[in-house]
Amino acid sequence: MNHLYFVALRTIWIKECTRFLRIWIQTLVPPAITMSLYFVIFGSLIGSRIGTMGGFSYMEFIVPGLIMMAIITNSYSNVSSSFFSAKFQRNVEELLVAPVPTWVIIMGFVGGGVARAMLIGVIVTCVSMFFVDVHIHHFGVIILTLILTSTLFATAGLINAIYAKTFDDISMVPTFVLTPLTYLGGVFYSLSLLPEFWQWVSKANPVVYMVNGFRYGFLGVSDVNVGISVALLIGFNAILFSIAYVLLQRGTGIRS
Amino acid sequence: MFALDISGLTKTYKGGVQALRGVDLQVKEGDFFALLGPNGAGKSTTIGVIASLVNKSSGDVNVFGHSIDTALESAKSCIGLVPQEFNFNQFETLQQIMLNQAGYYGVPRSVAKERAEVYLKQLDLWEKRNAAARELSGGMKRRLMIARALMHEPKMLILDEPTAGVDIEIRRSMWKFLKQINDQGITIILTTHYLEEAEMLCRNIAIIDKGNIVENTSMKSLLSKLNVETFVLDIAPVKSAPELNGFTSRLIDDHTLEVDVEKSEGLNPVFTQLSTQGVQVMSMRNKSNRLEELFVRLVESGRQAQGDAA
Repeated sequence: MNHLYFVALRTIWIKECTRFLRIWIQTLVPPAITMSLYFVIFGSLIGSRIGTMGGFSYMEFIVPGLIMMAIITNSYSNVSSSFFSAKFQRNVEELLVAPVPTWVIIMGFVGGGVARAMLIGVIVTCVSMFFVDVHIHHFGVIILTLILTSTLFATAGLINAIYAKTFDDISMVPTFVLTPLTYLGGVFYSLSLLPEFWQWVSKANPVVYMVNGFRYGFLGVSDVNVGISVALLIGFNAILFSIAYVLLQRGTGIRS
Repeated sequence: MFALDISGLTKTYKGGVQALRGVDLQVKEGDFFALLGPNGAGKSTTIGVIASLVNKSSGDVNVFGHSIDTALESAKSCIGLVPQEFNFNQFETLQQIMLNQAGYYGVPRSVAKERAEVYLKQLDLWEKRNAAARELSGGMKRRLMIARALMHEPKMLILDEPTAGVDIEIRRSMWKFLKQINDQGITIILTTHYLEEAEMLCRNIAIIDKGNIVENTSMKSLLSKLNVETFVLDIAPVKSAPELNGFTSRLIDDHTLEVDVEKSEGLNPVFTQLSTQGVQVMSMRNKSNRLEELFVRLVESGRQAQGDAA
């Protein structure tokens, strides 16, 4: 039976990867262009006037945050749009009638989101190398944070798609929740620049822990404890996976 | 063992619509079974519950002895579903759709490729294997759904109006194919609004209306219940209606005569009387499909009984 599950998991994963590679102009090119613009505007033009931050040039400081921003956005949108399309076109029924356990469905879709996020991470890192020398302080922390963050947001995208009834429903969370959390999550600044009260408020934003964990992997500096970052990511992943599992098992949004 | 054994199945949708009100149904292994009913009768809901697309409210469903409550994955492995609506990814190629379907059932890629070739060729889709599904005609899409449902070699195939909107030539080729796979031992459950299709293909039949099974019998015994058939005779033009003693007849126009004939009487006396009166019969046909007449009667009498009870 385990072999059957493995075949099913591989099938869903390959299908998901094929999907985002087939529409690469929509999925891979925009983040590369957007991030290049960020590097040019915030890094080269404005950054040179800002000076250093956390002991690094502004450009060096924002690179990990920008990569993380691309990872968060893409892992989320990959799964939310793919699963919602499957609901919309009704081809999710192919999975519902097949003997595929719920956890395999979740892992297959989330795996697709993680694959896209990783590829985007590599692309944006390559783009950043045109502007700055990329430091690597701790490769293990980089990979761990990347996997845990992309898994978390891919699962969140799945939950969004489970509930979504229209295409508007899958764009609302990225616009009204993800973007503010990311921009206020320490991508462009160190929390130490904020007044103490706002530092405390910022620490309620989960994205702060992801960006800083990732930044620690590259630069060796962080506004928060990296251990707490990783522990929180594992905890959030467990919670969101459980929610997605219960919803799919019940058939919320997919079975009448 | 029954291929399908349903008892006391009920389904009430959110909002209170009671789609199934205690359905009991058994389908023998190897059968070609028709599940008929008017629109909204509960056919698709019943199929949805069997295939895990609809959550049941109560009752038991067993597929080849596997309960959908306790052995869902084993039950699902036995079923191939051809739903009413197209439900494949319109942007994927036929080959991808076939291979993905096999993968969901754990069929290894190499085996899946061989099967995809076999079924796409059998259903005349092989030439289109690299085309996106959205480029196919309606008939091709219907055949693709049948091919896809066979990829894991199910023991039971459930077809929900598989020939809807398909031209007669393709419909007949689909009938031939379905007969072939039924002869190979696959149990087939068919819902259709083409009653000629059910009469031609199916050995046993159930009629469902308003969530209740109103008839469940063999096709032969059902058809034997039809005592009176109406025939339409094309005749050489006449000025007045011919006299047919012992029969009810109606002259529709100067060359069309309708005659109600009881099974016990047969058609010979009709021809004898017409011949005596010099009426020349050019051709003859049933006014409607025999099963269609029975279907309408059964559904109407079921509704009348429910109305009386209420």
